[in-house]
Amino acid sequence: MSKVKSVLIVGVGGQGTLLASRLLGNALLSKGYDVKVSEVHGMSQRGGSVVTYVRYGDKVASPIVDLGEADLILSFEALEAARFLPYLKKGGKIIVNTQQIDPMPVVTGKAEYPENILDKIRNKGVEVVSANALELAEQAGSVKAVNVVLMGMLAKHTDIEKQVWLDTVRDTVPPKFLDLNLKAFELGMAASPQ
Amino acid sequence: MKKLMLGNEAVARGLYEAGVKVASSYPGTPSTEITESAATYDEIRCEWASNEKVSAEAAAGASFAGARSFCGMKHVGLNVAADPFFTMSYIGVNGGMMLAVADDPGMHSSQNEQDSRHYARAAKVPMLEPADSSECKEYTKLAYELSEEYDTPVVLRLTMRIAHSRSLVELDEREELPLKEYKKNPQKNVMLPAFAKGRHEFVEQRTERLIELAESDKINKVELNEGAKIGVIAAGDCYQYAKEALGENASYLKLGMVYPLPEKLICDFAAKVDKLYVIEELDDFIEAHCRKLGLKPIGKEIFSLCGEFSQKTVKELVLGKKAETVCLDEDIPVRPPVMCCGCPHRGLFYALKKLGVYVSGDIGCYTLGATAPLSTMDTCVCMGASVSALHGYNLAKGEDGEKNSVAVIGDSTFIHSGITGLIDIAYNATNSVVIVLDNSITGMTGHQQNPTTGYNIKGDPAAAVNLETLCHAVGIPNVVVCDPYNLDETINTIKEQLNTPGPSVVISRRPCALLKYVKHKPALKIDKDKCIGCKKCLSIGCPAISIRNKKAEIDATQCVGCGVCTSLCPKSAIGE
Repeated sequence: MSKVKSVLIVGVGGQGTLLASRLLGNALLSKGYDVKVSEVHGMSQRGGSVVTYVRYGDKVASPIVDLGEADLILSFEALEAARFLPYLKKGGKIIVNTQQIDPMPVVTGKAEYPENILDKIRNKGVEVVSANALELAEQAGSVKAVNVVLMGMLAKHTDIEKQVWLDTVRDTVPPKFLDLNLKAFELGMAASPQ
Repeated sequence: MKKLMLGNEAVARGLYEAGVKVASSYPGTPSTEITESAATYDEIRCEWASNEKVSAEAAAGASFAGARSFCGMKHVGLNVAADPFFTMSYIGVNGGMMLAVADDPGMHSSQNEQDSRHYARAAKVPMLEPADSSECKEYTKLAYELSEEYDTPVVLRLTMRIAHSRSLVELDEREELPLKEYKKNPQKNVMLPAFAKGRHEFVEQRTERLIELAESDKINKVELNEGAKIGVIAAGDCYQYAKEALGENASYLKLGMVYPLPEKLICDFAAKVDKLYVIEELDDFIEAHCRKLGLKPIGKEIFSLCGEFSQKTVKELVLGKKAETVCLDEDIPVRPPVMCCGCPHRGLFYALKKLGVYVSGDIGCYTLGATAPLSTMDTCVCMGASVSALHGYNLAKGEDGEKNSVAVIGDSTFIHSGITGLIDIAYNATNSVVIVLDNSITGMTGHQQNPTTGYNIKGDPAAAVNLETLCHAVGIPNVVVCDPYNLDETINTIKEQLNTPGPSVVISRRPCALLKYVKHKPALKIDKDKCIGCKKCLSIGCPAISIRNKKAEIDATQCVGCGVCTSLCPKSAIGE
């Protein structure tokens, strides 16, 4: 029986983490895994810190990924990677968008956005794969494709074949945005070292 | 075919397969997607009702007519629907009837953490609790069988984690059922005292028969693991957390029906294990039942009455195992949810802050008006309470209250239960000022249509409530409209109504900035030469504006050009 793997997808409400978890869930389903995905819903989550759990293996019980359990964290924003760091398993990996989005306490001057946050995570001995997914998404044609760029970055760190990913993207995104999303996916993949 | 489905989508699939014909609900996180998803099946007549009581009564009516019917709601929605719910327990059904109620342990999106299982016992209605999406579908179908066999409405209890998790579901065909014959039967269907007395006795006998069902292995399952000394009784998500944490080192009694609970089955299970745990979120519902049977399980003496659990809860409290974690040595600034860029509520709350009035609040995206930097809400109780509580506030405070207080309520919430409070204001005459935040959609639950929007759940054109006419019709003499993007107009309009005799309604009208048909203007820019870094533009709490190198900066990827910030700048530094 293969061990259950846990992925945490974190970001800022409105960045498209739900589509990302749906893509990953469907790709894992195509591979024949038992999959559970747990989501946060509702408009008023926007702008807030959001988290989605994805778990897969032969048989998954709990849909939750808890402290010290994530094999991989996919973070849509730098500060969120730091916030959810305690969820990472020892030896786990973080894939992160270097984009910074100021939370309200930083906007209003009540707090400061920590400097060099990703280096501080690396200094804790954690493997961090990073790229500016916002710039890559713009390059692909829309800032809204950040989520698919990040899926491309993630793809190299899973055992899912590229074709399965491409098919999943095709089945999940609206046809008129397909080319843009496929480009975003390729750019993400190219930006992520193995 | 297997599909990865949300628990809520799987319930909807169950409705479809069970041949349900009518579904009526009011949106509420985490239950909304059941009815949204049910509306994608043309065979089910689906609707958004004006509130949960209406939806439960519509479902009752459809059951009278012989159809299988459904209504769904969040936990607090059942408070609203409690009146028909309790009496439908006596009446029972013609066509099967199921209510889904979604609890929110951990309060991800709710104002309280009430445990709906108490309702099942109070109304003496059977309650099923699924533990994954597959069970969401299967239990939904089972609920209709039980409903018709035992002549009772059935409740499907979900928790947020089950409702909003995706797992695999095997799809089956729909069973198309003809309407059951309607037979006039006042002794069963007209709850006069004389008839209700007979039905109460029926309900008690029905519960006895349901307990017999609970003792069988049809719904409640025993899993014995050889050598395991620990026994766990659990249902729903807690069963999954226990399985994750304890695996084959424990035996399980998985309860699929959480009311009524079995007696012999529980005692027999308890006798087979050395140490008995009851693992349940929120109240000690199952544990109290065990204690009544003379058992002494370990439950709330170690598990909290508050919040959501996970496998970590079980690992820590049962096994004494702590997780190993990596942390940074510095504080990470919190990131609370905020009003979106271009949100029409922002300008309105800024105006209220400037006016310094007491704000009687309500449930919706605009409850975020209570948070920094706007911090402009004094109270928030439940759907509709802003209006009626403002009336009470003004009854107590008199003119001093009336001139310095307002209620804020969204368009959907106003229809849900604000209108009844407004009638009270008109009838019992307080000079209250009620502000309806009309953003043309039910926002917080994720954009559902409502009776004011002119569209139904399918997106087809529908009759639209005219708010102005409605307010006039219930006896409000002063009804005015303002645009919350225009701060001066909004401030002056509210100020004027606070000083106008007679009750007033101010309709703050501007569609939600996230609606697809709303066309955005280009992002605004800061003229760095003009900007003096005074931070006045930060006072509206717009996530697109920040300070970099002592000057304001607007994030062009977020700004939708609403222009609310422009009127705050003393140097006119913000422009296109």
